[in-house]
Amino acid sequence: MKFTLDWLRDHLDTDASVDEIGKTLTMIGLELEGVENQGKALEKFVVAQVVHAEAHPNSDHLNICKVDAGTGDLIDVVCGAPNVTTGMKSVFAFPGTYIPGKDFELKGGVVIRGAPSNGMLCSAAELELSNDHDGIITLPDDAPIGARYVDYAGINGVVFDISITPNRGDATGVYGIARDLAAYGLGTLKTTEMSPVPSAGPSPIAPLPHQFAADEPKAIRKFAGRYIKGIKNGPSPDWLQQRLRAVGLRPINTIVDITNLVSLGWGRPLHAYDADKLNGQPVLRNARNEPFDALDNKIYTLDETMTVIADDTGPLCLGGVMGGIRSGVTEQTTNVFMECASWDPELIARTGRKTGIVSDARYRLERNVDPALTEPGLELATRLVLELCGGEPMTPAVSGDDVFPNTSVQFPLSEVKRLTGLDVEPMIVSAILSRLGFEITGKGEILTVKVPSWRPDVTQKADLVEEVMRMVGVDNVPVEPLPRLNHVAPRILTTIQNRRRIARRALAARGLDEAVTWSFISHDEAARFGGGDEALQLANAIASDMTDMRPSLLPGLLAAVRRNGNRGRDDLALFEVGQVFLSADPDGQHTYATGIRTGTAKLASSGRHWSGKAEPVGVFDAKADLAALLDALGYDIDKVQLFADPAPWSHPGRGGRIAQGPKTLGWFGELHPAWAAELDIDGPVSAFELDLDALPEPRKKATKTKPALDLSALMPLTRDFAFVVDKAVTAGAILKAARGADKNLIRDVNVFDVFEGTHVGEGKKSIAIEVTLQPRDKTLTDEDIEKVSGAIVAAVTKTSGGVLRT
Amino acid sequence: MSLEQQISTLRTELSAAIAAASDDAALDTVRVAALGKKGSVSALLASLGSMAPEERKSAGPAINGLKGEIAGLIEAKSTALKSAALDARLKDETVDITLPLPTAPTAKGRIHPISQTIDEITAIFSDMGFSIAEGPDIETDYYNFTALNFPEGHPAREMHDTFFMKPGPDGVKKVLRTHTSPVQMRVMQRTNEKPAAGYITPPMDPPIRVVMPGRTYRNDSDQTHTPMFHQVEGLVIDKSSHIGQLRWVLEEFLKAYFEVPNVTLRFRPSFFPFTEPSMEVDVQCDRSGSEVKIGEGSDWLEILGCGMVHPNVIRNAGLDPDVYQGFAWGIGIDRIAMLKYGMPDLRAFFDADQRWIDHYGFRPLDLPTLFGGLSS
Repeated sequence: MKFTLDWLRDHLDTDASVDEIGKTLTMIGLELEGVENQGKALEKFVVAQVVHAEAHPNSDHLNICKVDAGTGDLIDVVCGAPNVTTGMKSVFAFPGTYIPGKDFELKGGVVIRGAPSNGMLCSAAELELSNDHDGIITLPDDAPIGARYVDYAGINGVVFDISITPNRGDATGVYGIARDLAAYGLGTLKTTEMSPVPSAGPSPIAPLPHQFAADEPKAIRKFAGRYIKGIKNGPSPDWLQQRLRAVGLRPINTIVDITNLVSLGWGRPLHAYDADKLNGQPVLRNARNEPFDALDNKIYTLDETMTVIADDTGPLCLGGVMGGIRSGVTEQTTNVFMECASWDPELIARTGRKTGIVSDARYRLERNVDPALTEPGLELATRLVLELCGGEPMTPAVSGDDVFPNTSVQFPLSEVKRLTGLDVEPMIVSAILSRLGFEITGKGEILTVKVPSWRPDVTQKADLVEEVMRMVGVDNVPVEPLPRLNHVAPRILTTIQNRRRIARRALAARGLDEAVTWSFISHDEAARFGGGDEALQLANAIASDMTDMRPSLLPGLLAAVRRNGNRGRDDLALFEVGQVFLSADPDGQHTYATGIRTGTAKLASSGRHWSGKAEPVGVFDAKADLAALLDALGYDIDKVQLFADPAPWSHPGRGGRIAQGPKTLGWFGELHPAWAAELDIDGPVSAFELDLDALPEPRKKATKTKPALDLSALMPLTRDFAFVVDKAVTAGAILKAARGADKNLIRDVNVFDVFEGTHVGEGKKSIAIEVTLQPRDKTLTDEDIEKVSGAIVAAVTKTSGGVLRT
Repeated sequence: MSLEQQISTLRTELSAAIAAASDDAALDTVRVAALGKKGSVSALLASLGSMAPEERKSAGPAINGLKGEIAGLIEAKSTALKSAALDARLKDETVDITLPLPTAPTAKGRIHPISQTIDEITAIFSDMGFSIAEGPDIETDYYNFTALNFPEGHPAREMHDTFFMKPGPDGVKKVLRTHTSPVQMRVMQRTNEKPAAGYITPPMDPPIRVVMPGRTYRNDSDQTHTPMFHQVEGLVIDKSSHIGQLRWVLEEFLKAYFEVPNVTLRFRPSFFPFTEPSMEVDVQCDRSGSEVKIGEGSDWLEILGCGMVHPNVIRNAGLDPDVYQGFAWGIGIDRIAMLKYGMPDLRAFFDADQRWIDHYGFRPLDLPTLFGGLSS
C-alpha cells in the first residue's frame, strides 16, 4: 500500500525523518518496500518569465517566445498554450528534462515550422500535478526566476510503499499506520472529526431492507447510506488529485475521489451512487444468476452466494467488491447517495475469488474493516462532500447490525518472557498496549486486556505478546543458546532417508549426473508410464505439460535426454532419486532411484577413442548399474529373483524385473524402440528403476558382530564344463543348478562362454561355465573331483535338459 | 709350451670370447668350450692327475684360479646380457603417456546442488540434536491448512497459490503441499495411529526437535518462482523454548551453512497463520558485486520466515499451549543453495542440463560433514 508523507502527517504529528519513518515501519511489521521522492522527479523544472510572446507567422495557434530562465540568456521557445502572454511567469523545462506527464525526454535544438525551440513551458498535467492541460502554469509575479519549481511550490511529496500482512486490516488506511507509528513513539496521533452532520430533511431513500432467507449466505452486516441533495461535482481540488495520483490512483471527479480518499486514508471503503439513476427503492439481496456491468467495464455473472445492492432494474453494486456502471457518479451528478457498509470478510473474500475482481474495497473488506467506523465513516464522507461539493445532507438511511467481537484476554505478564525470553517492565507492556488502543484493567500479574474494534486478529495471549514484541523490537530479544543434548546424537536418518543418500552417491560415483525434474508431467506421458489416474491429476495445472503427478522418473529423464540432445549432447548418463506417485494416498508415494544411459555413455568410456570402438549402451549397462546400486544398499543382485518379464517401457527381449517374494523391486532394460520413436528419442537408451521403499527393511540385529571369516589354507581349483542346451534355457538356471550341486565345495560358478552355431545344432546353444571348488579340510583327490564333477553335470543336465559337450 | 704359458694363452683367448659373446647362447658356447666336460680349462685340470706331486703343488692352484676367473667372467657377462635385454624390452614397451584417457563425461558423475544442500542442512542440524522428519507431497487440506490455523476463506490461504488435485472418488480435493509445514502437525499430533506409509515420520512426544526438508508446490512461475521448489521446515517443541533460542538456532545454522564467522540477522514482525508472534528474517550481506556475500556489507536479504508455534496449532495437535511451546521456521532450500553457490536462475535447477549439473554439481564423495567441512 502506498501513501505520501504529507498524508501521513495529516494523521500523525511527527518530526521524524523519512528514513526514520521507513525503518520504523519495517521494524513494527509494516514492511517498507520502497520510498519514492516525487520532488526528485520534478527537480529540473525551473521558474521562468516569458519576456516576449508573439504569434508564430506559420501557425494559427503557436507562439514564438523569448524566455528568461535565469541563465543570463533569453531562450527561444515555441509554445502552443493559449494562455501564454508577454510578461507572465511559468514553469520551464530545459532540453534533456524528462516530462512525466508525457513520458518523454525533451529534445533541444528543434525547429517548429521554421522557428527554433530550446525548451518547453509546461502545464500542470505535463508535471503530473493535476489534469489541467488547458494551458501552461501561471505563477505569481513575485516567483523568483531561475529557482527550482519544486522548492518554490513546496513539492516534496515522499511516497512510502509498504506491504500489509493479511491479518492487519487495520493498517490498510493511513490513519491506522499513523496509529501504529504513534504507539511506537514516533509522534502523536491526530483524530478526525467524524461527529454526525445535521440533516436537512428526511431521506428520499429509506433504509435498505435486507432481503435474505434464513439459510442464505448474507455478506451484509450493516448498511449506512446518505442522500446528499444538490451537489456540484467536477474535478477535485489539486491537493486531492495530487495525493491520489501519488499513490497510483487516477482522479475521476470529486465524489469518486472522496470515496478513494476515505478508503485509503481511514481504510474505510465507501461507494457513491448517482441517486437520480436509481430505479425505485434499493434493497440488499443475493444475486440471482444475473449479469452485472461493473465499473471496470467488464460484465460479470453473479450467483446466489453474492450479495448485491439492487434496485427495480437489477444489481447496482456488487456489495463490498465493486460498483456498477449504471449508477456511477459523473461530473453531471447533482444528487448523490453515499454508502458506508459493514460486510462479512469471509464472504467478501469468496465473492472476490469467484469473480476474480481485485479492488481496493475488496482488499480492505476481506481483511476486516473496523465495525465501529460504519456510521462515523459515513459522517466523514458527508463532511467531505459538503466541503468540496456543497449540497444538503438528508437523514442517514441505516439498516442491519455490525458484529463486534468484544474480545477480552486474560493476559499474564509472564507470558512475554515465556514466549520471547525478553524481560519487559509491566509498565511498558501496559503502555504499549494502551497506545495501540487496548483497554487494560486489573493490576498485578494478570491483566484483563480488551481488544479494540479494529483488531479482530487479536484473540489470545500470544497475539498480545506479538504486539508487545513488535513495539519493543525483536532485535532486543537476547540471544540464548538452545541447550545442547547431553549425549552423542543418536542415529539421525531413517532407513529410507539413508537409502536415498547412498543411492545418490553410489550412482554419481558410477558417472551418472543427478537430475531433479518436475513432480508433474504431461497426461500423455503419465498414462504411457502407467499413471494418469484422475486422482493424480491437478485440477489447476500451471501448464499443459505439468498436469499429472509422475508415476515414474523416466519421463522426466527422457525429456532431459531430448533437451540435452537438442544441445548436441547424445552420450548422457543421468539419474534421479525422487518421489513417484502410484496413488494419491500417502502410501502411494514411493521413492525411486532411476538411471538412464544413452548413446555410448558406458561406465568406462563414451564416444570414439583411440583404445577401442565406442559401443552403444545396452541392457547389461543397466543391469550393472542396478547391481552396483543394490550392492551399495546392502543387497546382492544374485540373491534377488530375476525375471525376464521386463517393464512395458523396455525392449521385450532385453530387459528384466527383479523381485523379492511378491514384491517387485525394480526393472532394467533397453528402451523399447517403438517407445523411443514415439518419445522422439534418437539412439540407444538403457535404463533401470529401483523402488527404494520396496526393498525389505534390514533385519534388526542385537549385535553388529559379523559371521566368522572362513579362511581355508587349501588352494582353490577350477574346472570347466560346457553344455549344449535349448536356446530358451537361461544361464541363470544353469548357474543355479551348478551352484546347488555341492554347496560345501562349490564356491563360485561363472559363465565364460556362450555361443550358438550350426555345429551345436539348430535351436541350441552352448554355455560354458567355470566352477571354483574350495577344498575344506583336505586336498581333493582325483576321485573327490570326479565325484563333484559328476554331481554338477547331473544337476545341470537334469535342470536344463542339456548335454555335456565333450 | 709351459703350463704358465698355456694358462696365460687360455685366459687371453677365453676372456676375449666371453667379451665377444653377444647373447646367452654364444656365452653358453664359450662356457662349454672352457668349463664343459671336454672344455679347455677342464682338460687342463684333468692333466693334473699325470703330474708329479711337486709339480701339482704349484699347478693346481694356478689352474683352479683360471677356472674361477673364467666362471666369474661368464657370470658377470650373463648379468650384463640380461640387463641389456630388459632395457631393450622396456624401451620397446614404451607408450605415449600423453594419450587421453577414454573420454568419459560419465566418469564425472555429480550430485545435484539441492541434494548437497539438504545433506549440508542435515549435517548441521543433526549436530544440534535435530532429526529429519517427512510427510507426503499430496496432502489433505487439513494438514496443509486447517490444522495450521489457516481459517477457511482467509486471505492467507489465497497467498499460497495452491495446486489442487482433482477430487477423488470420495469427492475430497487434496492439495499439493504448499509448504513443508504440514509435517509439523504430523510430528506433533497426539495419535496412536501408525503413519499411512513407511517414510512418514511417526508422531513424537515432546521434547521435539526436527527439521523437515522436502518438495513443495505453488501455482506460480517467473524468474524467481518455479511451480515446484524445496523447503526445509524446523520445529522445536518443549516446555521452555523461546524467541531468544530461535534467534540462536537460526544464527548458528546460517553461520555454519554459509561457513562464515558471523552473520547479522534482522528480525521483522510479520504474519504467518501458524506462528504467533511471527517474524521474517533478513540476513545482512553485500550485494554490490556479482555475487552475494553473506556476513559482510550493508544490504538486507530476506531469507526465511519463523515464529513461535501458534497456540491454536499446538492445540490442534492435542497439546496444551500453556504447557508446551516452541518455535518453527521455514527456509527455501533452492534459495539458500543459490545464495551459497551462486546459481543465477532457479529454473535451471530442474532442467537437467548436463552442462549445468557438471558445473554446479558436487563430487560423489564430497559428503558434507561437520568434521570434514560442509564444502570443499
